[in-house]
Amino acid sequence: MDLIQLVFIFVLAAFLGYELIKKVPSQLHTPLMSGSNAISGITIVGALLAVKQSDTKVILILGILAVILATINVVGGYLVTDRMLAMFKKKETRK
Amino acid sequence: MSPALINTCYIIASILFVIGIKMLSSAQTARRGNMLSSVGMLLAIVVTLLYNGLDYKWIVVGLVVGAVIGALAANLVKMTSMPEMVALFNGFGGLASLLVGWAEYEKIRAEGFHEYFLANAAPPVFTTTVIALAVLIGGVTFTGSVQAWGKLSGKLGSKAVIIPAQRLVNGAVLLGIVVLSLLYIFAFQLEIPAGTELWIFLALVGLSLVLGVLGVLPIGGGDMPVVISLLNSFSGLAACAAGFVILNNVLIVAGCLVGCSGLILTIIMCKAMNRSLTNVLFSGFGSTTQTAGAEVEGEMKPASIEDAYYVLEAASSVVIIPGYGMAVAQAQHVVKELGELLENNGCDVKYAIHPVAGRMPGHMNVLLAEADVPYEQLVEMDNINPLMPTVDVAIVIGANDVVNPAAAQDESSPIYGMPIINAHLAKTVYALKRGQGAGFSGLINQLYFLEKTRMLYGDAKATVSALVSQFKEQ
Repeated sequence: MDLIQLVFIFVLAAFLGYELIKKVPSQLHTPLMSGSNAISGITIVGALLAVKQSDTKVILILGILAVILATINVVGGYLVTDRMLAMFKKKETRK
Repeated sequence: MSPALINTCYIIASILFVIGIKMLSSAQTARRGNMLSSVGMLLAIVVTLLYNGLDYKWIVVGLVVGAVIGALAANLVKMTSMPEMVALFNGFGGLASLLVGWAEYEKIRAEGFHEYFLANAAPPVFTTTVIALAVLIGGVTFTGSVQAWGKLSGKLGSKAVIIPAQRLVNGAVLLGIVVLSLLYIFAFQLEIPAGTELWIFLALVGLSLVLGVLGVLPIGGGDMPVVISLLNSFSGLAACAAGFVILNNVLIVAGCLVGCSGLILTIIMCKAMNRSLTNVLFSGFGSTTQTAGAEVEGEMKPASIEDAYYVLEAASSVVIIPGYGMAVAQAQHVVKELGELLENNGCDVKYAIHPVAGRMPGHMNVLLAEADVPYEQLVEMDNINPLMPTVDVAIVIGANDVVNPAAAQDESSPIYGMPIINAHLAKTVYALKRGQGAGFSGLINQLYFLEKTRMLYGDAKATVSALVSQFKEQ
């Protein structure tokens, strides 16, 4: 992809992120943090692409390690956020 | 699958992330938002697997190992340990981004500089710059987070640590990183041999890891909300840098969103403490017992559970102010029980939440949600303060600096100007505290010396349980 386009995307995403996150109420800040933390595990895409058949041993090892760590980040992050949000929601429905 | 189709799927994944975060703006939709966001992640992963030439055997191993560890950790962690869990996950994300950057560097080495950049859309200097950034940010995030985890879980002391000549050491490390980064980025132009370049790169990795340790070392437990937020932001920016390395749009969008989120939380936390980010990061606040501030007159007056019970029994409005001490004692469930008993007794019960109470943004809200405290009873600082003079009893549970009136009245106090919950304006104050020591900041809390304040010493959970059984006996 064109480099300038990617920089453009970056800038737009920054503004969008600012507008979105400003609206999250303080009571949900912990789930916001763990949820966004899970999203930062998107680096898993880069990790997967590093694990190629044609690669050298070093790249393979780096790639596999990155896949493991990013997966912990993604799976753990989403599950823990869900656990927290379930507690928040429980009360809403009971009322 | 064609690249265009794969990229379209990445765009859909990005949209799902954005909607997911948007739905976090209300507790009712938040859970579905999180699920949508995870669907986006799944889509991005599945589509990536369709690229040609991946080594699936190892990928499956990596995914399974990671998923098992992640799922176990997420299900076993106690709600009170949430801050350290989030810190640790942050660190893993950062390290993964570092490794992605490193792997790409290895790829350039393996393929040869000219061959690699013939096929690459970005100019060489750009790619080496973002690799250096991914390594630097990822490395700092990793060791910084691991140390934050250690401090939060008590495995490393939670105190701020000042090492000798700290500024000098930090400055030297920073300078080293700048020099190494420049050497690495312009290695080709400077005609540095490949062998030397590898060492430069490895040294850069090492120094980044060292910087993370040095950075979090002088930061004490009470400032952790700021640090976790900042590291959260870094983990996103590291992913973003990795995205620029492999020129992938979904990494850039998602990483940028997280970077924003962490940054905004950092700013909110700093404001709630009336301190600048530089002050939080570099001052070593709380590393020494500060003697600044006015002398306090009077004495702390202990009270018995019975005394407290009679006062609470007669009260018609009670505000409970929780702090980190409630999390440490795991007292949220008994606190809620006490709240209910008071309500049944015809008393109006509210919980006042300070933005930096606890060790991460929203920490108290999560604990009280776990204990099933109704929403309407949770009140933010700005909304509860006007009501405080009409409140009969304020119960401070393991909170300290956030209720210290010195912040409002004593200009010589180090925390002067920090917004506080005005517990001192209530008619009576009961403070639950483990011992007579000072708070995180090392400051004496003037609240404890007021005529209307009574201290209930001991473990918060035990104290509240005792109150609860008093209520039940009557």
